[in-house]
Amino acid sequence: MNAPHKYLIKGVSVLGRPKTDLLIQDGVVAEGDAKGAEVVDADGLVALPGLVDLHTHLREPGREDAETVESGSRAAALGGYTAVCAMANTSPVADTAGVVEQVYRLGREAGLVDVQPIGAVTVGLAGERLAELGAMATSAAAVRIFSDDGHCVSDPKLMRRALEYVKAFGGVIAQHAEEPRLTEGAQMHEGEVATRLGLTGWPAVAEEAIIARDVLLAEHVGSRLHVCHVSTAGSVEVLRHAKARGVRVTAEVTPHHLLLTDERATSYDPVFKVNPPLRPASDVEALRKALKDGVIDIVATDHAPHAVEDKECEWAYARPGMLGLETALSITLSVLGEDWDLIAERMSRAPARIAGLDGHGHDPVPGAPANLTLVDPAARRVVDPAESASRSRNTPYAGMTLPGRVVATFLRGTPTVLDGKAVK
Amino acid sequence: MALPEAAQSQPKTILTSTDLQRVVDRIAHQILEKTQGAADTALMGIPTRGGPLARRLADRIRTFEGVDVPVGVLDITLYRDDLRRQATRAIGPTEVPPGGVDGRRVILVDDVLFSGRTVRAALDALSDIGRPRSVQLAVLVDRGHRELPIRADYVGKNIPTALAESVRVALVETDGVDEVKLFGGTQ
Amino acid sequence: MKHLLSAADLDAATATLVLDTAAEMASLAGREVKKLPTLRGRTVVNLFYEDSTRTRISFEAAAKRLSADVINFSAKGSSVSKGESLKDTALTLQAMGADAVVIRHPASGAPHRLATWVEGSVLNAGDGTHEHPTQALLDAYTMRSRLGRLAGLKVAVVGDVLHSRVARSNVALLATLGAKVTLVGPPTLIPVDLRTEVCYDLDSVLSDTDVVMMLRVQRERMNDSYFPSEREYARRYGLDGPRMRKLPEHAIVMHPGPMNRGMEIAPEVADSARSTIVEQVANGVSVRMAVLYLLLGGKS
Ligand SMILES: [Zn+2]
Repeated sequence: MNAPHKYLIKGVSVLGRPKTDLLIQDGVVAEGDAKGAEVVDADGLVALPGLVDLHTHLREPGREDAETVESGSRAAALGGYTAVCAMANTSPVADTAGVVEQVYRLGREAGLVDVQPIGAVTVGLAGERLAELGAMATSAAAVRIFSDDGHCVSDPKLMRRALEYVKAFGGVIAQHAEEPRLTEGAQMHEGEVATRLGLTGWPAVAEEAIIARDVLLAEHVGSRLHVCHVSTAGSVEVLRHAKARGVRVTAEVTPHHLLLTDERATSYDPVFKVNPPLRPASDVEALRKALKDGVIDIVATDHAPHAVEDKECEWAYARPGMLGLETALSITLSVLGEDWDLIAERMSRAPARIAGLDGHGHDPVPGAPANLTLVDPAARRVVDPAESASRSRNTPYAGMTLPGRVVATFLRGTPTVLDGKAVK
Repeated sequence: MALPEAAQSQPKTILTSTDLQRVVDRIAHQILEKTQGAADTALMGIPTRGGPLARRLADRIRTFEGVDVPVGVLDITLYRDDLRRQATRAIGPTEVPPGGVDGRRVILVDDVLFSGRTVRAALDALSDIGRPRSVQLAVLVDRGHRELPIRADYVGKNIPTALAESVRVALVETDGVDEVKLFGGTQ
Repeated sequence: MKHLLSAADLDAATATLVLDTAAEMASLAGREVKKLPTLRGRTVVNLFYEDSTRTRISFEAAAKRLSADVINFSAKGSSVSKGESLKDTALTLQAMGADAVVIRHPASGAPHRLATWVEGSVLNAGDGTHEHPTQALLDAYTMRSRLGRLAGLKVAVVGDVLHSRVARSNVALLATLGAKVTLVGPPTLIPVDLRTEVCYDLDSVLSDTDVVMMLRVQRERMNDSYFPSEREYARRYGLDGPRMRKLPEHAIVMHPGPMNRGMEIAPEVADSARSTIVEQVANGVSVRMAVLYLLLGGKS
């Protein structure tokens, strides 16, 4: 690669503050001589710290037809991300140092975002015995988040041990909260719509019961717990209670749970099938409120690409999951409004803190690492699945008009997106 | 039945209420004459307006000769060959005349004879009900333009028409008024 | 009407039209000649992903009486069992020129998906635990012909409502047609959000009901803790002789079949004069003829 370029971002509003110029040089936001810098006209644009996604499925190794580390990285960059945490449910499962290092290396090679692998909690995600968490932590990938996502660590003893064990290297367990006995055969939120459609229900209590148990376990052993994709009002109440007691728990919500409801299933189009499922409007309302007041710490995409054949089929046979990286910022913007400081907190600073990604989550001010993204808040776009950089097309937002557009993204001073297009 | 707007502009009355009653009387007389007093005869009207016409003919025959001719209704919807050309039609009831049709002379009754396809369908429908000794056809109006080798045994009035024209029969029982009108399509 | 995917989609006028048309079809079926030329040249495909000989035969008889060409495409011994996707199967049927596809499928909503992939009409012959609209129509037809009306009828639907597509279709259709439905069964098998009356005590509803519709209860439900034992289920929710005698004189007993004699219904009840079980089968053909005619008997 050539020597890093020098960029002058002109007339940008950092987090909604008065217009300024940002000089990007040597991988940091610099102060000094802008001579010779390539000028990026940022009139009307807002600069945010590069977004950090704590929950991305990149599908490589194993399902490269649905996504690769590279294609997922490109989608992330286009969505304003500079770092993503890659979930462990690949094939083979990321439950050894070898697999996490492979994913880490593929991320570096793609060079579009920092790909931080998440390690599996249990061998093969089977929920029976602990994977070699320490080996993954000390590998080149330096894994700090462990998750069996897609599966719940439902055995309480195993969950307790995992929470305790990762304390040795400052790790955190990210739990996919779903009591499996209560969700056997579940297809969508248990409620009036599911009854009408004849689809087996996924009751809210299956999530809430696990979160309640886990916050008590985390409190008991003094460990950190992260709760993936919180989806119900009841979960929010459990978290509120736990946080008030001082439990070290953090929680995420996905863009789709902030926007869509279970009514979408009425079409039987599996593009709306996701786990945990879309919930009724009352839950959506509670999640939005919790995201604003901080009971929910972050927005995480749960970007879950799926091949066409896994979605163009009967609802019950379809895989759960939705694309999210390229639309997350727009949806968060529509939910939180142009409260840029809050958006930066929920989509960059807090997820970077939880993941321990020191180079990310810093506001783009002189001296900070130049991981940032430029957003045009006035732009409107109609979501077209065919335009996605992902290898998959399973966006639930097709045809919807969303606010805001990522114009440019910089990773350590190098643009990954310019003029709204991926640089490579 | 919805007619094209242009066709609705200047309808021409072909039969008034009095004309229509006179024509029905005449057909009733002809039937009596041709069937030697309507012995072994049943009338079957083809919906919608063939039904009331058949009943009127039976009435007149009773008045003229004191003979009770059994009357039925023959719905032909399921036998039509033009189903695909129109929106789905509702099926009407079929009422077999008291005593059935086997071995009898059955006179089909319809308002307008045009292409002959309705009658063709009626013959098929009738043959699924039984085996009449013979089948005859009585119509209020014959407007020509046959597409099948079918002719009526009793015709109230022959009205030469252009293809673009349409003949509309109204009866008190179904439309609140007795009249026959010609709607022109040639303007 | 383009498709029949769900009884919940039918408004009162359309549902009544189906029942009236079925009545005409029934009067035709009584004649010596049982075949009508109506759907000559039309192709009806029976696409069955579940074994249901009775439903398939009923649709087949209905289509054939209207002179349609019938192709039976069953999951066994076809490319379906080799894992061909529903979409690929749909494209095949499309290429074959199917005017209507009658689909029975274990997955709820499969007919809705199919309807997005084929140009012809789609008829739901039972999808998962969702709906079975022609069953509800034939049940309504049977009630109307036995009791003379539907509006104001009190209907008790008894048994495993949770897993019953028959119950869902009946609840939707009967509400549309003005009957009053009460769901009866153990709380584990009665969804609370079907927006209809619920009662957990069979004995308390019997004396004031016009129709008792017994649903098939699968013995496997017992293993999933929906109820403790067959014996307890039969005692609390089975319709036996003494219970039947609590019904008003005119009341009828229905069952969509196949029955578990001795479980949800006693042989004495199934074979009684109140039972409409055999009639339901005959009415099924007339109702399916009516539906096929209304879907295919006009301009496509
Ligand atoms: Zn998950």
